[in-house]
Amino acid sequence: MEIDSMPLRSPDMIADPVLEISDLNLYYGTAPALKNISLTIPRKQVTAFIGPSGCGKSTLLRCFNRMNDLLDNVRIEGSIRLDGDEITTPDLDVISLRRRVGMVFQQSNPFPKSIYENIIYGLRIAGIRDKSVLDETVERSLRGAAIWEEVKDRLHDSALGLSGGQAQRICIARAIAVNPEIILMDEPCSALDPLATAKIEELINELKEQYTVVIVTHNMQQAARVSDFTAFLYLGELIEFDNTKKIFTNPTNRHTEDYITGRFG
Amino acid sequence: MEREHIIKQYDAELNEIRSLILQMGGKVEVMISNCIKALVDRNSDLAESTIPSDHEVNHLEVLIDEKCLEVLARRQPAARDLRFITLALKIVTDMERIGDQCVSIAKRVKELNEEPPLKPYIDLPRLAESSRAMVRESLDAFVRGDDELAMQVCANDQFVDDLNIQIQRELLTFMMEDPSTISRALKLNYISKCLERIADHATNVAEMVIFMIKGKDIRHTSV
Repeated sequence: MEIDSMPLRSPDMIADPVLEISDLNLYYGTAPALKNISLTIPRKQVTAFIGPSGCGKSTLLRCFNRMNDLLDNVRIEGSIRLDGDEITTPDLDVISLRRRVGMVFQQSNPFPKSIYENIIYGLRIAGIRDKSVLDETVERSLRGAAIWEEVKDRLHDSALGLSGGQAQRICIARAIAVNPEIILMDEPCSALDPLATAKIEELINELKEQYTVVIVTHNMQQAARVSDFTAFLYLGELIEFDNTKKIFTNPTNRHTEDYITGRFG
Repeated sequence: MEREHIIKQYDAELNEIRSLILQMGGKVEVMISNCIKALVDRNSDLAESTIPSDHEVNHLEVLIDEKCLEVLARRQPAARDLRFITLALKIVTDMERIGDQCVSIAKRVKELNEEPPLKPYIDLPRLAESSRAMVRESLDAFVRGDDELAMQVCANDQFVDDLNIQIQRELLTFMMEDPSTISRALKLNYISKCLERIADHATNVAEMVIFMIKGKDIRHTSV
């Protein structure tokens, strides 16, 4: 038995990709932040991006829903295809993209509205008014985010009154309300206590039955626990991408091993 | 060059485990040499001394297990550190079994020393020396991260197996020719088997060293 089994050297080896990134370069002004990244994100699996601070993992994540557009002086070269559709083109409908590719942030950001209004915000913007549709969406989303039982009797209370862990699950519910294909998570548990973190990690395990999850985390043990695939980035480059089991038991690249064993970072 | 952990204490803990394993290996090597010397020199006191040595080996097993458990709990080791710790836990079990085999040998030696020697002992000391060398080399391979040396140990097991069979055949002819030799021959047979088992344990260690270094599990395959 080789635990070495066929390292994933090529993105072509992912059987069912939802995102295909080819030769991606990103510059902040003239400074390169991402260098020749080629990567395939598998559908309905959890992929983690790990690496030391400044390695480009959050920058890469933000490419998938064009959040980098909100920064000045960002230039992209290369290709990112979502289910075959190129998403780097300047004239892309980014609003529509961000419905397909949702995002949850390190600091949860519930809107200063009721829990109910938070969840249906995306639907309201899309012009959906039918109350039965809205109600159904709220319940489905809150169940999907494993928080329905906790808040079902106070849907019209302000979302600002929730604990950190609850607020984060509301944000996840808000993201899934619009039926995304991908949920991006940028260090979603960094501001949470261990119990709240465990609940989010358990939720991630459930979410992947319906959605693709890509998570950036600086907590390597979290990446080891929740993800199916792990990408190690360093100084803007993709050093290694493989099954999480392989990365954490026998990585191919010495640099990867030094990072995950705490020999540098 | 192998990098150190950012947390120095972690390196110290792993080094301590490495050092204790070598200590344990050193003790069982001495036990192997002593129990065969006790046979050749007909020295029952030397045979008797394996018992307190075995207690020390058992104590080291418990100590090393404890330290490995602590590293697992506190450091969440990954990749080669994880392979090292899970390896170390298995290696000490093999070392402890080797100690037990030496005690079994020593018991038979004391019994044999009560009777006249069956024959000059030539092959048994050779077998003992080969097994002892395999134990030494498997631990050297472990410390140095030398997978080639470990592969050599695995290959040497065949020589030990063949020599054991040869010894058993010779003892069989003694027993067939003269039934009064049966008691002594069976004890010598048993000693040979114990030494062959010691070599098997050393081979286990060597296979695990290869796994630790290369992440390739060659156990239960033909190398």
